[in-house]
Amino acid sequence: MHGRLKVKTSEEQAEAKRLEREQKLKLYQSATQAVFQKRQAGELDESVLELTSQILGANPDFATLWNCRREVLQQLEAQKSPEELASLVKAELVFLESCLRVNPKSYGTWHHRCWLLGRLPEPNWARELELCARFLEVDERNFHCWDYRRFVATQAAVPPAEELAFTDSLITRNFSNYSSWHYRSCLLPQLHPQPDSGPQGRLPESVLLKELELVQNAFFTDPNDQSAWFYHRWLLGRADPQDALRCLHVSRDEACLTISFSRPLLVGSGTETLLLMADESPLVVEWRTPDGRNRPSHVWLCDLPAGSLSDQLPQHTFRVIWTAGDAQKECVLFKGRQEAWCRDSATDEQLFRCELSVEKSTVLQSELKSCKELQELEPENKWCLLTIILLMRALDPLLYEKETLQYFQTLKAVDPMRAAYLDDLRSKFLLENSVLKMEYAEVRVLHLAHKDLTMLCHLEQLLLVTHLDLSHNRLRALPPALAALRCLMVLQANDNSIKSLDGVANLPQLRELSLYNNCLQQAAVLQSLASCPRLVFLDLQGNPLCQEAGISEHLAKLLPSVNSILT
Amino acid sequence: MADNLPTEFDVVIIGTGLPESILAAACSRSGQRVLHVDSRSYYGGNWASFSFSGLLSWLKEYEQNSDTEEETAAAWQDLIHETEEAIALCKKDETIQHTEVFCYASQNAEDSVQEIGALQRNASSVASSTLTEPLHSAELPQEGHSYITSNELPAEHTPKSESTISLEETDVEESPEKERNCEDKTCMPPVSDGDKVENKPSIEDNTNQPKRNVITYPQIVKESRKFNIDLVSKLLYSQGSLIELLIKSNVSRYAEFKNVTRILAFREGKVEQVPCSRADVFNSKELTMVEKRMLMKFLTFCLDYEQHPDEYQDFQQCLFSEYLKTKRLTPNLQHFILHSIAMTSESSCTTLDGLKATKNFLQCLGRFGNTPFLFPLYGQGEIPQCFCRMCAVFGGIYCLRHKIQCLVVDKESGKCKAVIDHFGQRINANYFIVEDSYLSKETCANVQYKQISRAVLITDQSILKADSDQQISILIVPPVEPGACSVRVTELCSSTMTCMKNTYLVHLACESSKTAREDLESVVNKLFTPLAETEVDKEELRKPTLLWALYFNMRDSSGVSRSSYCGLPCNVYVCSGPDSRLGSEHAVKLAETVFQEIFPSEEFCPPPPNPEDIIFDGDDKQPEAPETSNVTVAKVESSEESKNLEGAL
Repeated sequence: MHGRLKVKTSEEQAEAKRLEREQKLKLYQSATQAVFQKRQAGELDESVLELTSQILGANPDFATLWNCRREVLQQLEAQKSPEELASLVKAELVFLESCLRVNPKSYGTWHHRCWLLGRLPEPNWARELELCARFLEVDERNFHCWDYRRFVATQAAVPPAEELAFTDSLITRNFSNYSSWHYRSCLLPQLHPQPDSGPQGRLPESVLLKELELVQNAFFTDPNDQSAWFYHRWLLGRADPQDALRCLHVSRDEACLTISFSRPLLVGSGTETLLLMADESPLVVEWRTPDGRNRPSHVWLCDLPAGSLSDQLPQHTFRVIWTAGDAQKECVLFKGRQEAWCRDSATDEQLFRCELSVEKSTVLQSELKSCKELQELEPENKWCLLTIILLMRALDPLLYEKETLQYFQTLKAVDPMRAAYLDDLRSKFLLENSVLKMEYAEVRVLHLAHKDLTMLCHLEQLLLVTHLDLSHNRLRALPPALAALRCLMVLQANDNSIKSLDGVANLPQLRELSLYNNCLQQAAVLQSLASCPRLVFLDLQGNPLCQEAGISEHLAKLLPSVNSILT
Repeated sequence: MADNLPTEFDVVIIGTGLPESILAAACSRSGQRVLHVDSRSYYGGNWASFSFSGLLSWLKEYEQNSDTEEETAAAWQDLIHETEEAIALCKKDETIQHTEVFCYASQNAEDSVQEIGALQRNASSVASSTLTEPLHSAELPQEGHSYITSNELPAEHTPKSESTISLEETDVEESPEKERNCEDKTCMPPVSDGDKVENKPSIEDNTNQPKRNVITYPQIVKESRKFNIDLVSKLLYSQGSLIELLIKSNVSRYAEFKNVTRILAFREGKVEQVPCSRADVFNSKELTMVEKRMLMKFLTFCLDYEQHPDEYQDFQQCLFSEYLKTKRLTPNLQHFILHSIAMTSESSCTTLDGLKATKNFLQCLGRFGNTPFLFPLYGQGEIPQCFCRMCAVFGGIYCLRHKIQCLVVDKESGKCKAVIDHFGQRINANYFIVEDSYLSKETCANVQYKQISRAVLITDQSILKADSDQQISILIVPPVEPGACSVRVTELCSSTMTCMKNTYLVHLACESSKTAREDLESVVNKLFTPLAETEVDKEELRKPTLLWALYFNMRDSSGVSRSSYCGLPCNVYVCSGPDSRLGSEHAVKLAETVFQEIFPSEEFCPPPPNPEDIIFDGDDKQPEAPETSNVTVAKVESSEESKNLEGAL
């Protein structure tokens, strides 16, 4: 037919393609083999550069070949004249760019570029910035390129203000960009250093307000975009708390001294981390964790030698110095007293105002207001609900308790996939509130019954608690951290779903343990109770293990010192 | 020329507008021998774009057109056999009416310009080397160009027109006397009827405003080639059928596009930017947080409104404007959605249609940028030419300035079998595609046409200033009285290659109710100030200045059904001229429908084969058209098909 083109049929095309692929594969394999042979033979010359460039040009993700190239370039550096080297480097930069065009997200290629630029005597950073800008123009979310840009900006000492303006322009184009928001969070503290806080410091209020407006624009435009909410959280976040010794407790009875830290840490033997002064003279002690595992922990304790607690003197002063943390605590044990302590109160320190800043409550209030406005428009937005909860926690955990719980209910309904996470978070907040209430009441009794708790946390804060009621919750275990409750005498955990009791171990003061209506399966899980020397009462009614034949005898043998065991 | 033209074709296409050009490409691509002719000297018919002086010549042609009424005794009558009948085609193009030109730019020109090649299309034209050698090397009219060319202008406007003539009369072939003469005339107080602007002498302008770069008329004429002035005012929806066709058929390789950068709204006497994409909403300084949310929420809903029938069910038959009021949207947001996004009428659009239009707009967002529209560089006139080029690549033969006198119908079969051209040559074919404007009055006796009102303005600055002066904007100005048509304003910057530096080319369009000027002048006056009007002191309050304006009405044959034409044989297919809508969906659909009717089993514009899959086979040459096979084999990617054409003509 006139004018009709003759084209290959699909079978012909497929066959031609297959042959072509085969040919390519052959070339690829032979080139790879040749490179490896040369490398083994130590022939690191330009021919290796040529061979690897053929392969990397097609597949820039072949990390070993980039290593080969580095070896060759290092070798050549020693052999070549500066002019030759300069042209070599130039060629390498061009080659790298062509590889990046093949795959702009190749780890190996970006890394090689970093390496190369790092070795140049006079790297052209302006050109590199331009390259980053071009790649980000094509894909503003290419985090490989963002990473490289941060490297270049640091090396070239680009003023943070310029880089901030760059992130501005990309956020303007598309605000769903974690890399861009993240870069802001790095740049802003550099631009606005605050004298009294470290590198993790907060922003001055004027800057903070501007950023909050920007990020609000983002989440009002698209409340389902996570990146904006994460940045929002960072903006309102508080600086890492200062290292501190929270509590120091001395018990004459057990000749034991216990301390709790603001963060988990590992205390070695000897005095390099902790220095214990008893009546102003250093005391060499052996530190251990309550659960005996000696892993990083909030709580550490040591046995005191008998001499340091002698009843002869009217008082004994104990001082613990945390050398690295630049913190110390002191307490005085008077004659005739069984125990002494010194601690930071959770109410004074506002330990539980979640992760959000407490200094700027007006800012938080206005953020809460706009989030509530958004929530009214978007009643089912999980990010908004969660942020409201966090803001309320930061503002006043007790005042907003009821409202917070309602929001949790809504949140669970709209985000059932994360129900377990939300239950745990809710448990944490309720527990924190209970601790606050206990401390306001200045008692050592903590009621956590009927709170629908699913997990326990902050147990290191409960060092001084003597009575703990965990009944009628949804707990499935008493975790190892419970061993930190050195003063606990009565523990009630009835009507839960407890299967394991790892945490009820080495509790020196524990006398009563009530565990009826739980899910304890075998007597063996009670093994750890044997390490509680004063335990005399144990209620196990309504647990599966009570159905076992000969359970009473078994338990009597397992826990000989417990007088009364109800099964 | 005529001797060399083959006489046997499969398809003869008369008219090079968009639907005809698409059909030409489709037919040629599927292996048909295509002859594509146009009686005009340029491609595109009413879809064409012109340089500034080209446009002046085009205007002149319409003016002369009205004079040459007389039907010359048809020599072709003799060529009709006894068994045949002839259907005469139209001699005179009547699709353009009421042309009126106003020039506000200063005539004061140090640099006098001799403009040549007025009808010559810009360099990107298809096969320009052989085909578009200027017909009448287009010197501008000898004696002072009459800038008012009012075809059938209603009588009551005549006095006013005269006053404007006196103001704007000029001559580009300037002689010193004439120049002085002009100035004298410009100094004369205008004899205007009220709403007309007050003109100041142009010299005074220059002294009053040393800062502003005043563009003079001679400068415009000198830079004539920088202009590509479209007769139609259209944009491409980035998910629309024209874009899909351009991509699918690979015709897109012949054209370049720019994204429209802004959607504007005209509200309470002010032009403002409409935030329509996610990024726009995020960046908007005008919207409150809650407005941002409400707008995004509504737009997100519109994207899949079919999935939420409960949201609009009760309002289906209500007006869209009423429905918007129930959606907690502030008045400005309602305006944006109704006029700028859905681009619908306040008083007639139903909720369902409004939602559909909004969805269509939104679906086009983000494909090529933050607005749903693309504009072809060098003007809309490029698009038909791109399809012509595709047709030529696959062997189609092109003749411009080639008049077809009549269709020859075989009495027995009732089918059209040939055409006779102005050389009296008979060209045989199986199918004939004719653009509506070529059909005679007799054929169209029962046809009712609509009209489009158009204005083309050259201005000195954008209707909404922004950081960048290179903006492409579209603005819908709603009617003052409900029920009237809204006016669509498209403003093009110089980087679209349609106007000279430091100017903007503004297109206005609406469905006609009166003449173009009557329909559009009020909007023009709202947005622009004629040059030399009393100056507002504050620079930022200043409206853009009008340098030059053209009004005309264009016939809209898009609504005409095939059955309204009298006595056309079944193998003659009619293509309509441009419609008034923003997109070119109608033209694409028309072309596809006609193609499927003619060749029901052929694919419509399939992707061209990969060059490496083409089998090079010397024996395959077609004896009757060796050049064609040469070209198709060797030059799929080249623009050298002009050689092919040269050989063929």
